[in-house]
Amino acid sequence: MTASGLTAGALAATAGQLALVVGGAPLLVGLMRQVRARLEGRAGAGVGQPWRDLRKLLGKEAIRPDGSSWVFTMAPLLLLASTLVITAVAPFLSTVSPVEGVADLFAVVSLLMLGTVALALAGLDTGTAFGGMGASRAVTVAALAEPTILLAVFALSARVGSSNLADIVESTLTTPAQVLSPASLLAAVAFAVVIIAEAGRLPVDNPATHLELTMIHEAMVLEYAGRDLAMIELASAMRLTVLLGLGANLFMPWGIATTVAPLPLLGAAVVFAVKLGVLGAGLAVFEVFVAKWRLFRVPELLAGSFLFGLLAVSASFFLA
Amino acid sequence: MSVLRKIIRTGRVAESAPQAPPASADAEGADRSGPEPVAPLSGSVQLRHVDAGSCNGCELEIASAFGPVYDAERYGLRLVASPRHADALLVTGPVTRNMADPLRKTYEATPAPRRVVAVGDCALNCGVFAGGHGVEGAVADVIPVDVEVPGCPPTPDVLIAALRGLTGR
Repeated sequence: MTASGLTAGALAATAGQLALVVGGAPLLVGLMRQVRARLEGRAGAGVGQPWRDLRKLLGKEAIRPDGSSWVFTMAPLLLLASTLVITAVAPFLSTVSPVEGVADLFAVVSLLMLGTVALALAGLDTGTAFGGMGASRAVTVAALAEPTILLAVFALSARVGSSNLADIVESTLTTPAQVLSPASLLAAVAFAVVIIAEAGRLPVDNPATHLELTMIHEAMVLEYAGRDLAMIELASAMRLTVLLGLGANLFMPWGIATTVAPLPLLGAAVVFAVKLGVLGAGLAVFEVFVAKWRLFRVPELLAGSFLFGLLAVSASFFLA
Repeated sequence: MSVLRKIIRTGRVAESAPQAPPASADAEGADRSGPEPVAPLSGSVQLRHVDAGSCNGCELEIASAFGPVYDAERYGLRLVASPRHADALLVTGPVTRNMADPLRKTYEATPAPRRVVAVGDCALNCGVFAGGHGVEGAVADVIPVDVEVPGCPPTPDVLIAALRGLTGR
């Protein structure tokens, strides 16, 4: 294949995974709500409900509270934009990417943190009690969760000798036995806890709560309306999808295309969607069985997952 | 794993959905002076519940309307925590003097297009509290009302039928 053909194919792969994640993220949230509804004995609103919500929100007026500054206006844009960049560069469909160098572990974690901080600042900017409370909690959780993502993926990258996510995925594809190595298993546990904390799922945060005093993510977005809220809802759904997608492809990379030919890409898209559906449904089932934890126990959970990350890194150096 | 056993034993408790209310306001809910469903709200309506001085009878019915048996969520309805997220306000009770101002502020905080649903006889005409020294008036005296749901308290069936007029589902 010529160089230009390769670039065109890689661009198509990037566009494909952008379309898949942007279009599929609300459906994933809808699927998770539907699974939960069925287990609670309810009929549920249907998998497409988050898309109906988004469509409606886009047609509504975006009220901005008196006294809020550009920080409040910029936060949804920054959150959505940073999530879109992660979506474009992460190895979801193909390990070949036109923006090879950006799919770096540290870049992706920094972009995740950028969105979290933007939203926390917006929560503070509204000047309401709940906004500030949510911001302080979100930053507490992020400060404990982000290092764990770094550590967990670092355990995988140590044996590859590169912090490039695509390289890590490729190396796991060539030596599948690595998946069952102690480092990989410990890192998987740490990463799973971090997904729950970062995406604001039970038992760390309850996405369906009405009780302001227990909110983390929801407390920061209480003042958003209309278009702004639609952006935040879409970005939150995409962050969950991206985190689950990274977890799926770093620890179970099978199905991902190593070329940019159309057929492997199509297969990779189907496999990726199935993986996310299974992971999302599994997370929804898990959430039915747990209650939200007291806020002061959340650091214990995250410290535990940090320990798993640390052990994973040690194992990848000493047991390799 | 007693939760798992409970889930399997209970199965589905949601009753099958009754016929969707006809699009036109006449028929069935005869005295419901409901508006046409607002086009941008079709399929999804977030509700903010405001208790303006209710006896909590209506709250019990609202809670059961959103419970597993009636499952109002399947029609695209959802209760939310902030008026900024809401498309419609669900106001119960006669408006007391202390709640008149908060109710007005809540209405102003709701982004357009917005609807107000007055739930229960008290919200419509102050009910047994009419003339009370702490009562400012009915909901319509404070903010414009779009949908009226009579009853003391209205049953979840009536409530859901009125709310389905908003979502059109």
